[in-house]
Amino acid sequence: MADFTSGGWSLYITIVTIVSLIALFFLAWKLSARRTDSGPVETSGHVWDEDLEEYNNPLPRWWLNMFYLTIIWAGLYLIAYPGLGTYKGLLGWTQQDQYETEMAAAEAKYAPLFEKFASADLAQVAQDPEAQKIGGRLFSTYCTTCHGSDAGGARGFPNLRDGDWLYGGEPAMVKTSILNGRQGAMPAWGAVIGADGVKQVAAYVEKLSGRATDDAAAGQGQQLYQTNCVACHGPDGKGNPMMGAPNLTDDIWLYGGSTEKIAESIEKGRNGVMPAHGELLGEAKVHLLAAYVLSLQGSAAAHYED
Amino acid sequence: MANTETYNYKVVRQFALMTLVWGVVGMLVGVIIAAQLCWPALNFDVPWLTFGRLRPLHTNAVIFAFGGCALFATSYYVVQRTCHARLFSDGLAAFTFWGWQLVIVLAAVTLPLGITTSKEYAELEWPIDILITLVCVSYAIVFFGTIMKRRIKHIYVANWFFGGFIITVAILHLVNSAAIPVGPLKSYSAYAGVQDAMVQWWYGHNAVGFFLTAGFLGMMYYFIPKQAGRPVYSYRLSIVHFWALVFTYIWAGPHHLHYTALPNWAQSLGMVMSIVLLAPSWGGMINGIMTLSGAWHKLRTDPVLRFLVVSVSFYGMSTFEGPMMSIKTVNALSHYTDWTIGHVHSGALGWVAFVSMGCLYYLIPRLYGRELYSLRLVETHFWVSTLGIVLYITSMWVAGIMQGLMWRAVNDDGTLTYAFIETVKAMHPFYIIRLLGGAMFLVGTLIMCYNIYRTVANASPVNAPVPVPAAAH
Repeated sequence: MADFTSGGWSLYITIVTIVSLIALFFLAWKLSARRTDSGPVETSGHVWDEDLEEYNNPLPRWWLNMFYLTIIWAGLYLIAYPGLGTYKGLLGWTQQDQYETEMAAAEAKYAPLFEKFASADLAQVAQDPEAQKIGGRLFSTYCTTCHGSDAGGARGFPNLRDGDWLYGGEPAMVKTSILNGRQGAMPAWGAVIGADGVKQVAAYVEKLSGRATDDAAAGQGQQLYQTNCVACHGPDGKGNPMMGAPNLTDDIWLYGGSTEKIAESIEKGRNGVMPAHGELLGEAKVHLLAAYVLSLQGSAAAHYED
Repeated sequence: MANTETYNYKVVRQFALMTLVWGVVGMLVGVIIAAQLCWPALNFDVPWLTFGRLRPLHTNAVIFAFGGCALFATSYYVVQRTCHARLFSDGLAAFTFWGWQLVIVLAAVTLPLGITTSKEYAELEWPIDILITLVCVSYAIVFFGTIMKRRIKHIYVANWFFGGFIITVAILHLVNSAAIPVGPLKSYSAYAGVQDAMVQWWYGHNAVGFFLTAGFLGMMYYFIPKQAGRPVYSYRLSIVHFWALVFTYIWAGPHHLHYTALPNWAQSLGMVMSIVLLAPSWGGMINGIMTLSGAWHKLRTDPVLRFLVVSVSFYGMSTFEGPMMSIKTVNALSHYTDWTIGHVHSGALGWVAFVSMGCLYYLIPRLYGRELYSLRLVETHFWVSTLGIVLYITSMWVAGIMQGLMWRAVNDDGTLTYAFIETVKAMHPFYIIRLLGGAMFLVGTLIMCYNIYRTVANASPVNAPVPVPAAAH
């Protein structure tokens, strides 16, 4: 009903459609006369451009019958299926129903398979070969676009095999990340601490990861760090998984580890989004995915090189 | 009294030659983007060489530049010859030529720059749309003006099709391009949400139905009987299939929107009318092919006629495939896959391009008073291009159906069998075969260009006299 602003449109569609199909039938029927004489085929008598003429052959019967059949079929289809305005069709078919029926059938068939693991401990599921197979397939469908086929990540998308966790690597936290998603926000500091300040803090941050840097700049950077950065990244730079603030001492860089990229992160800030998958996949599948991701820990994989 | 009036062949010559120029440009861009699909690095990280910008350039160049110029050239020729009258206005005809070339050049500049409405086959921004409208209206005035001053009572069937194409395309363009400008190069569609989608595909499908079908059927109805030297097979059939075709096509757009937010009833109507469209489409094929009855032997010796007849065969094949793909169950598999690309190209290369090329081989010698430079080269062109089409469409059938089947394959546990990237990997070899097929088609076109160049080089243009009105008819 919501398809139309008023019931009149439904009537309009219905009438136009039926009249059209009848008119098509009539058009073909009107010109369908067979030849009565057996002599040579006549032309229509018109001549254009010196020698262009037209024979007046009758409509080929097989073609005509095919045309009739498609029109009749069209009428039958429109009786059986929705098409004539708000008329629902004898079968009452809708694409929404088809979707819901297919989803319900799939749910009935597959849900027990997933439920089997849903109540088991994540660490235990991570050891189960069958669960690993299912988890791996789910991962390649839903996760590889961002995290890569080997879960090695890409710039802005964390490596899931390196044991470094922004929001904590305890099984429950990993599952929560998948279930509810995460929103990581690093504010832009360029306007607050100025261009020199950005360079100094970058130097200090590099020093935290044990790199050789300009000590004078790093010293000034430390002071700026203590004023502006400690709240999230902590006094020793170890980060805070409660708010997803990265550890700055482990030389692992989500947005690139070059001096320029580190400075860019400080100056312009970063926004990372992990979408929530709970509603899309349901908790049982997320449980399997979390177990799969946990099982990847410590396994060798190509590390994303910036 | 001798009639000294001549036909306006100048504008026909201009459009005929530009058909070839834009054909080469459009097909070359097509080959480039086909190569990019095989090896994405071929965009060289240059924004205006990326697939997303070159693809609309390809479609616009082959449909509206190549196909459009072919339609202008043939319709202006046919309407004069079958009305025994010079074009209604030489000035307006010249405006349609220069205006249309300007539209094409503006498209070639704006699309790579990323200036686009994002509506498929209607990407050009509003100032260019206004120019298109002016050209369309002028075209209609020239065409129908010539019909009005005809010296033969009956209007030849080719002109019905050209006329239907001209009127409908003008309306489609006006309605679908309705937009609110927010700057000199930016506008927003006048429609929103699913209405926008419906208007877009009403336009999109009828761009195929009227631009690429009705217009080109107009060509078929003049050039096949002329080249074969035989009368058209059936006048009755031409009446039935003309009216049924133009009437039914306009309903078929919703089959592009199966299983979307479009209401169920609209989807059903689109599908039902697409099935009904099969017979009207085949009516055209029958009339084209059966015109050869009694002259089949000419196919052995006349490569130009072969272009025309094979084009009608591809037309018949595509217009069977189209209704089949419009069926919801089939569409659920084929939609969003490369099967669609294969379907489009069996129509675009096999039908539209081949019939245009056959017409040009007929036209150009008559416009320059010369025989074709080489019939052997026409023969070579025919085989290289036909093989190219076969490689193109078969590789896309295999790739597309495989892609659709891989997308829907499910494991015992209900998870998808293939990740998206696996389907891309599986299609890679077929993308290379497609590239080869497209490149062969382009090579065929280049052979034609050489042949035509040798035909017209140093030739003096001919302007045939309009015949003295015949007493009998």
